[in-house]
Amino acid sequence: MAHSIRSVADFDSRSGKSFKETSLLLAESVIILAIYVKTIQSLSFMSYLQHLEDQSIYIFREAFANFKNMAMPWSMGKDSNTLIWLAKKAFAGKIPFPLVHIDTTYEFPEMLAFREWAQKHYEIDLIVIVNEEARKRGIGYETHDPVTVTHELKSAALQQALAKYKWDALVTGIRRDEDSTRAKERYFSPRTADNEWEYRDQPPEFWGQFTTAVKPGEHVRVQPLLDWTELDIWEYIRREGIPIPKMYFSQQGRRYRSLGCWPITKPIESSVDTLEGIVEELKTTKTSERAGRAQDHHERNAMQKLRAKGFM
Amino acid sequence: MPPAPKPVPKDYVPAFFPKRQGGARAAGGPEEPRTSIVVVGHVDHGKSTLIGRLLADTGSLPEGKLEAAEKASREEGMPLEYAFLLDAFLEEQAQNITIDTTRIGFRYKGQSFEIIDAPGHREFIKNMVTGAAAAEEAILLIDAHEGLKEQTRRHGLLLSLLGVSRVIVAVNKMDLVQWKEGRFRVLEKEIREYLGGLKISPREVIPISAREGSTVMRRDDQHLPWWKGPTLLEALLAGAGKSQQSPEGPLRFSIQDVYRFDARRVIAGKLESGRIRVGDPVIFFPDRKASRIKSIESWGEETPLREVGPGQSVAVTLEEQIFVERGHVGALPEDPPVESREVRARIFWLDTEALRLQAPVTLRLGTQSVEARLVAIDRVVDAEKLEAVTDTREEVGRFEVAEVRLRCRRPLVYDAHERVSATGRFALQRGPRIGGGGIITFAEYPASLAKPVTGEHLTWTEGRVSQEARASHFGHEGAVIWLTGLSGSGKSTLAVALESLLFRRGIGTMILDGDNLRHGLCADLGFSLTDRAENIRRAGEVAKLMAESGLVVISSLISPLKKERESVRASCRSAGISFSEIFINASIAECEKRDPRGLYQKARKGEIKGFTGIDSPYEIPEQPDLILETGKEKVVESAERLLSHVLNLVRLKEEDREGAPGPGGQI
Repeated sequence: MAHSIRSVADFDSRSGKSFKETSLLLAESVIILAIYVKTIQSLSFMSYLQHLEDQSIYIFREAFANFKNMAMPWSMGKDSNTLIWLAKKAFAGKIPFPLVHIDTTYEFPEMLAFREWAQKHYEIDLIVIVNEEARKRGIGYETHDPVTVTHELKSAALQQALAKYKWDALVTGIRRDEDSTRAKERYFSPRTADNEWEYRDQPPEFWGQFTTAVKPGEHVRVQPLLDWTELDIWEYIRREGIPIPKMYFSQQGRRYRSLGCWPITKPIESSVDTLEGIVEELKTTKTSERAGRAQDHHERNAMQKLRAKGFM
Repeated sequence: MPPAPKPVPKDYVPAFFPKRQGGARAAGGPEEPRTSIVVVGHVDHGKSTLIGRLLADTGSLPEGKLEAAEKASREEGMPLEYAFLLDAFLEEQAQNITIDTTRIGFRYKGQSFEIIDAPGHREFIKNMVTGAAAAEEAILLIDAHEGLKEQTRRHGLLLSLLGVSRVIVAVNKMDLVQWKEGRFRVLEKEIREYLGGLKISPREVIPISAREGSTVMRRDDQHLPWWKGPTLLEALLAGAGKSQQSPEGPLRFSIQDVYRFDARRVIAGKLESGRIRVGDPVIFFPDRKASRIKSIESWGEETPLREVGPGQSVAVTLEEQIFVERGHVGALPEDPPVESREVRARIFWLDTEALRLQAPVTLRLGTQSVEARLVAIDRVVDAEKLEAVTDTREEVGRFEVAEVRLRCRRPLVYDAHERVSATGRFALQRGPRIGGGGIITFAEYPASLAKPVTGEHLTWTEGRVSQEARASHFGHEGAVIWLTGLSGSGKSTLAVALESLLFRRGIGTMILDGDNLRHGLCADLGFSLTDRAENIRRAGEVAKLMAESGLVVISSLISPLKKERESVRASCRSAGISFSEIFINASIAECEKRDPRGLYQKARKGEIKGFTGIDSPYEIPEQPDLILETGKEKVVESAERLLSHVLNLVRLKEEDREGAPGPGGQI
């Protein structure tokens, strides 16, 4: 298991370990070993991941075959990186559409470094978008509430980009288990010209047949990860060896479970610094994934309001 | 604001992990342990309450959710409303109904389940279909007090259509009938009889009270001492992991796309059923082109795959370069699918506007998408009595189930649903939206049964038949595809290939060949530059007329001069006809080497005067709509690119199709 710890070994060596920490590490290793044995025993679980992978690839290919001008927003987080991985598989190594990063200007430095690394590593055609107009108006976390800032710097920025590039399909990394409003999504979810989601009147979706026709100005949200859970993502990252930012792993007793703008994203208390540890932590936690994302909790139904207006 | 995060080193690399195991993507593999369950039943029979109860009892709720629901219930002055756990939207809470399909996972005794909550409110039935189509198991809820209602039956009927055969019936609200066994047994008999008529044999019929928590996870010996059967969760556990998806069967490989991003020509698609091994001989329907699997492409795998199994997304390369495209279905020679323009099916319709006889509709099966029309409604099924409605019907209304016949504009590749479920079911799309679906009940019948349909091709418009009406009638627009290039560059070969490819797609098409024209219409013309110009002008005019009549005209003339090609383009444009200039590019050396008719040889000897490329100029198109490098690419590649270009040009867009009066439409 030593290889899994290697990536964060530099943080360990920096902080001199006390006896307590060492015994904790030892206990952790035992747990990890136990999980490892358990995983080998229950290989059937791999088969479910395979089903998810196959389905996501199918969705990617259906989107590319049906839309003329698609793009994939990319946040550099774990779900986004899983999407890149799946797209590479779907298109035999070449992602045939651009990736879009909506840069809020409040990105963690590591995420920007990751962006630069991944762009070369995956040979990505990358478009970076900043809502300069809103920044000029002084919109920022220093002065405004998180819902306003998120709307301006993410949703409005995306809206501007949609108007400019005229994408007819956007691939998103959202999952049903993230939030109850997302539980009601479809794999192919049409958005109106105003980027709004008419969740009351969604077309039916069955047997791999999706909504692939749009009216001018409309676009479809393509959501290959809809059926995945947070745990599935981590199991898949572990299975495939997908590179991810180091911030997901414990540094000085804290790690990030979900990554957003730095002023409003809080780490969780956790000493977990391996993928195995993350998987095990998730199996026992009862806290929701986005608990550390301030914009969701600003007011009641904040997420629903954000999403009806085009937030991912 | 927290302090700004510190910068990262310049030589940044992310967290890397080695793969867990080589070739993780095992062919086939054991069955998945996650069981998806759809909960259906009449409105207010307690679906949301049951789901809330399942989540609460199995300890599957995220922190705070139970407390929030308790608070919300208190505010409404009610005892804990388990249904609130699911109702994420304010307006849903107000109406006390669930709007859309919701998926929630829970674990019980080491097994994972995923609940797909489908609403019971009548107008939201399409969401139930969305949910049920993805489910492996269904819980059909019946209110013990109210008994079987119209929607109970309709949902049962839809379950049978959607292929969900594993059903557990839960007779809910037993508390409202004083926990009486007699009442339960009456309902059990009634529902078993009804489902039996649909060939569904429920695994269990269980008395429960979701609100009180009786027989969901816990037994309730105080109220239901007479119940000796399993609890609902025990019943679910007994069926867990017994997936009914992706069974082995004959090979059906639906092509999604053909990728040519690099030197490879990758055929990407889905194994609807069966398996593919490297070396397998595969025939692609409906064109019946044969080839062998050369390789299975798998990005990110350490060892190349040799075999893939049912349900998997695959990408292959073929030994021989044959023309295949999205919608084609690969099969093994010994076990082919049915190929027909006629489909007999049992369909369900979900759209507000009824599906009328003769109305055009798009039939989507796997990756095939064909224009079709409803040619006969044999019977409409009455959900109440499961009997056929005998009166002659002109339409299938919203939420109705009917046995029908459809006729497709071009051959459809399919199987009977009983034989291969994935290629035996389809969706029906009208305009941009999916409006219904169906399963194919009968896949082989003699052609004599296919009655001709009268009145199908009638189109009525005041005065002149408009171009739009023609396009709508034929299902495509007319166009002039102008192939230009040196003698021997491959114009005729590509024209013939394109004509055949278009024709098989139901597109009206015709080749206008330069040499052939000179036998009749242009018999009076020679080869002087003036005569050649006149030859082009006449050819252009004829092509335009034919395109106006609705055909896709493929012109195959050297047409060496830019000015003349431009004047044909202008003439077409003024008539509103699409004109596409295709430059068939092969070097003079290459063409001379080919010399299919020995003309270059004669020209070199001086036997032919004014031969293009030898002693007469060829002006290369400056801005052609498409260039085909026949000197560099294979014929099949050029033909593919040409076909895709032409299809984009002449295929109707959704909004046109909707707005234009179709054949068989209202007169």
